[in-house]
Amino acid sequence: MTRTLSTIATVLTLVAGVATAGAAEPFKVGVVHLGSVTDGGYNQAHADGIQAMKKSLPDVEVIQVENVPEGADAERVMENMIKRGARVIFAASFGYLEPAMRVAQKYPDVKFFHPGGYKRTPNMTTYWASTPEAFYLMGMAAGKTTKTNKVGYIVALPISFFLANVNAFELGARSVNPNVETRVVFTGTFLDPGKEAAAANALLEQGCDVLGVIVDSPITVVQTAEKRGAYSVGFHSLGVSKFAPKGFVTGVAFTWGTLYTRLVREVMDGKFKSQDILGSLRDDFLTLAPFGPAVPADVSKLVDAKTREFIAGAAHPFQGPLKDNRGAERVKSGEVFPLADLRKMDWLVEGVVGQPR
Amino acid sequence: MSALVRSLLAGSILSGTPLLYATLAELVGERAGVVNLGLEGVMLIGAVTGFIATVHTGSAMAGVIAAALAGAVFNLVFAFLVVTRRANQLATGLALMFAGVGLSALLGARYIGSRISGLPEFRVPVLADVPIIGPAFFVHDGLVYAAAPLAVLLWWILFSTRWGLEVRVVGENPVAAFAAGKNPYALQYQALCLAGMLGGLAGAHLSLGVARTWAEWMTAGRGFIAVALVIFAKWHPLRAMAGALLFGGAISLEIQMQARGVKVSPFILDMLPYVLSLAVLAIWGGARRHTAPASLGRVFQGMP
Repeated sequence: MTRTLSTIATVLTLVAGVATAGAAEPFKVGVVHLGSVTDGGYNQAHADGIQAMKKSLPDVEVIQVENVPEGADAERVMENMIKRGARVIFAASFGYLEPAMRVAQKYPDVKFFHPGGYKRTPNMTTYWASTPEAFYLMGMAAGKTTKTNKVGYIVALPISFFLANVNAFELGARSVNPNVETRVVFTGTFLDPGKEAAAANALLEQGCDVLGVIVDSPITVVQTAEKRGAYSVGFHSLGVSKFAPKGFVTGVAFTWGTLYTRLVREVMDGKFKSQDILGSLRDDFLTLAPFGPAVPADVSKLVDAKTREFIAGAAHPFQGPLKDNRGAERVKSGEVFPLADLRKMDWLVEGVVGQPR
Repeated sequence: MSALVRSLLAGSILSGTPLLYATLAELVGERAGVVNLGLEGVMLIGAVTGFIATVHTGSAMAGVIAAALAGAVFNLVFAFLVVTRRANQLATGLALMFAGVGLSALLGARYIGSRISGLPEFRVPVLADVPIIGPAFFVHDGLVYAAAPLAVLLWWILFSTRWGLEVRVVGENPVAAFAAGKNPYALQYQALCLAGMLGGLAGAHLSLGVARTWAEWMTAGRGFIAVALVIFAKWHPLRAMAGALLFGGAISLEIQMQARGVKVSPFILDMLPYVLSLAVLAIWGGARRHTAPASLGRVFQGMP
């Protein structure tokens, strides 16, 4: 609800902005963030991307608003940005899809970009980077690093994309070390550092010596692992490695800068077209963080080889035969679980200890 | 089995400590007749101030002191509104909560991602080596060790000192306190100042002891759980210990069961702390009217 307050404040500033808008307009880009742009996680990754875009396209003026709740508030913020002259809107959270669709239909001349959206309007493009391949590679590094053969994952909620990431991680780890098991604790919320720390402690006591995390900010878990002499893997933003100078293994990060530069330039040049962009390891907006000091030397060769196979399409993170952790067959031998169907993944793969629902 | 007991105890104590400080904070205020729904905000101010002070000084002790002071100052704003300005306690408390959330977010924005080493852990010699209970009870940070003695101290202050008696009289019947020559306003200010310090410590334990980081709204509702725990504790500091431990234990149990791969849905486990609270309230809930301070939430308007 602070978000409501800050939104009100924002709206007031925006209204003030309309009154003072001059005649010679620079090209304006509006960016709506769900959280704080210094969270070392999801929001910061988007904000860093926008920053990089602004660096390459110095004539662009960025209107950025943080802490905007998903819903009617987001619509108002976007409309005010448009009234202030924004010709491009980045609605940088999954939950902004409906609000952005409504505003996009109302303002057909403004171009919209939405991360992870599954539907579009003629003036809206959706984009995302598919993460399972990168999680598979991260799992390989962790599988080679662990000494207890137990990895702990602290995950906000059992939703399909997160389950897919954990599954890919376990499969990658097992590909180099068949004895690795991944234990999952769901905290039920994206933000409760107190509970994340408790979960990290519990998993370490269970003998896990590598911890991974899928919540808003990975800092608490990575830091707890480091303090207790364990290893950790990151997600979302590259910055988290500084919290674990000894134990950081690697991390999957979104580096949106190049994509954002390309998207905005296309709009400026009148070359916008409505499309769904799904990036992967092939594209430079999904990055694997440099390996930490604890990672064995042969890992980078292994991971590089697998990366090339993924890029060439010669390997797939969900290559059958695959069983779930209740023993039911999920992917037949010779088949794969298509990355386009991740939304339907509601099971945890054999080797993962945890309940998907 | 013994490993489970040890982990559960250690986890309950760690998760229960911020709750105990918060519950004691609410309890002192309510004993003086003031309901503070803004405790969540006070905790956040404590958490962020403690974190910022630790970043700048490098000393977690300085952070703890700063958190207690900031909590007290913030709660005195509340005291000014509800005691001097005689504003409605519930509405003021909620407003204070939002103010605390916003202000802490503003102050902390620059510090998200800052590194601190946090409160150091002390191993109590000999005792820490006792099987099961040793590692569970005697390997913690200073604020954990201080929590239970503080609850006992508060019990002694409230029930065995003159000041405690006067505070309780104000909570029961401010007119009687006034007639006895006491100033109910001053006593409420004092109680709320102490409550603010305790609330600040609750936040500091989260940001310096448990998570060792600052994140917006990191209390995640613990301030409100504490308000409920005061009712559960029947406004008694010693029962507050049991309540905080029980709730901390439920959070710990939920996590331990998942970490041990028990085949129960995480959604059901997530409800555990709340279901447990409801169950205990249902069993113990009976004679509540006799234990709540009689003038709780009422505004003392001065003598007619």
